[in-house]
Amino acid sequence: MSEPAAGGGEEGPLPVGEELESGLLCALRPHLRGARAIEGLRLLSGGASQESWSFDAVLDDGRRRGLILRRAPGAKPGPTLPKRDEAGLQVLARAAGVPVAEIVYVLEAGDGIGAGYVMQRVEGESIARRILRGDELAHARTVLARQCGEAAARIHSIDRGVLPELRVLEPATLLDHYRQLSDSYGDPHPVFEWAFRWLEERAPPAGDLRLVHGDFRHGNLMIGPDGLRAVLDWEGAHLGDPMEDLGWICVYSWRFGAEPPVGGFGRREDLFAGYEAAGGGEVDPAHVRWWEIFGSLRWGIICQSQGFSHLQGYIRSVERAAIGRRSSETEVDLLNLILVEEGL
Amino acid sequence: MQDRPTLRELLDAAEDYLRTDLRPQLEGHAAFHTLVTANVLAIVKRELDGFETWNAAELERLRAILGGEGGLHELNVELCRRIRAGEIPIDDPRLLDHLIRSTLAKVAIDNPRYAGYQKALRQWPQCAPPDAATFDTRR
Repeated sequence: MSEPAAGGGEEGPLPVGEELESGLLCALRPHLRGARAIEGLRLLSGGASQESWSFDAVLDDGRRRGLILRRAPGAKPGPTLPKRDEAGLQVLARAAGVPVAEIVYVLEAGDGIGAGYVMQRVEGESIARRILRGDELAHARTVLARQCGEAAARIHSIDRGVLPELRVLEPATLLDHYRQLSDSYGDPHPVFEWAFRWLEERAPPAGDLRLVHGDFRHGNLMIGPDGLRAVLDWEGAHLGDPMEDLGWICVYSWRFGAEPPVGGFGRREDLFAGYEAAGGGEVDPAHVRWWEIFGSLRWGIICQSQGFSHLQGYIRSVERAAIGRRSSETEVDLLNLILVEEGL
Repeated sequence: MQDRPTLRELLDAAEDYLRTDLRPQLEGHAAFHTLVTANVLAIVKRELDGFETWNAAELERLRAILGGEGGLHELNVELCRRIRAGEIPIDDPRLLDHLIRSTLAKVAIDNPRYAGYQKALRQWPQCAPPDAATFDTRR
């Protein structure tokens, strides 16, 4: 399930601070006309699988261009797409009409600052609680479900022939992957086990394989007052069942206490209507529902694995430790979903 | 017997310091991780309040369902094995009652303010963990 991330070549720590600034300036100069300085470089988030840096490129005429560097950390192998392919997918998605940040430059080994790419910094809000409560986003909340449906349809419509090599993750493969991941911790979860059985008995057949974003939800959707501005974070993209993306954005955990089922902001009917109107084909709500319930199980096992990444000393973090205790939230969700809503 | 402050009172003091005194002096990641640390102490306090009786009840249910002896970890491993092997049907009423009770007890400790937990309590009030309503639910 994993492949080595495209590393920067040489082992050892990647450049940061002034060294990264000057490396970025050298790398960008031929591609960003008039770039004369890099300012305001700061690490937004550093994870096991990637880093995000924000900075401004200052141009000769004094204008500034807001940019983001997404970079693979060090030489450690990760389960994600090579950065070059991640950038390539964003270019394809943009051409297909998906709101996506423009790719400015893909780093080369000779740049000496690691594997990654530089993209436009799209202004907006990606933090769920602010998206769900902010007054300035009140209008956005009314159009967002439909826009998400449209964006998903356009992602799924991209011709397979132009895609880079991607993992194929069908329902059975994903069930097996998450089961093995959860098993590897040796910490029994009877509700997960029970949900696996329910899902396995009802798994949709492997159908037509499409490009799937793989993490289509709050945090990866940049929202402005006008609605969806950019679909971010393509590192989990794969070939699979397109309904996976529609189910994932409906997972209970992304509602943050709000009632509307799509990310806490919208109705499923609007998500599906946008999807169908943008050429995604007819949506079977029961099929999406399977992916939604699978999504709760998946998130529960991700919480478990975050807790264990701390316990195993992989990433020492009180936040990771605390997230480990959030898998019980998904267990109560699975009981609500399967027993009450699905009426087992 | 230890002197006062009790274990619970010491945790209260530590949690209050993080939440009320330290956090407002910090920014960004440091402020956030301080809040997370205070929330972790709140989980620990609830678990101290609830775990003995709730774990004993869980153990009793597991022994009744599985018909064997053993500790909580061992019996949960065995329950998982039987569910996976299909030896216990997933609609078995005794299994479902057990899963609901055990899960409500877990979330009552981990995050009692979680909307899905409140929903489940309304659905299965008879399975609510005893005394959970009296716990401190800050996080």
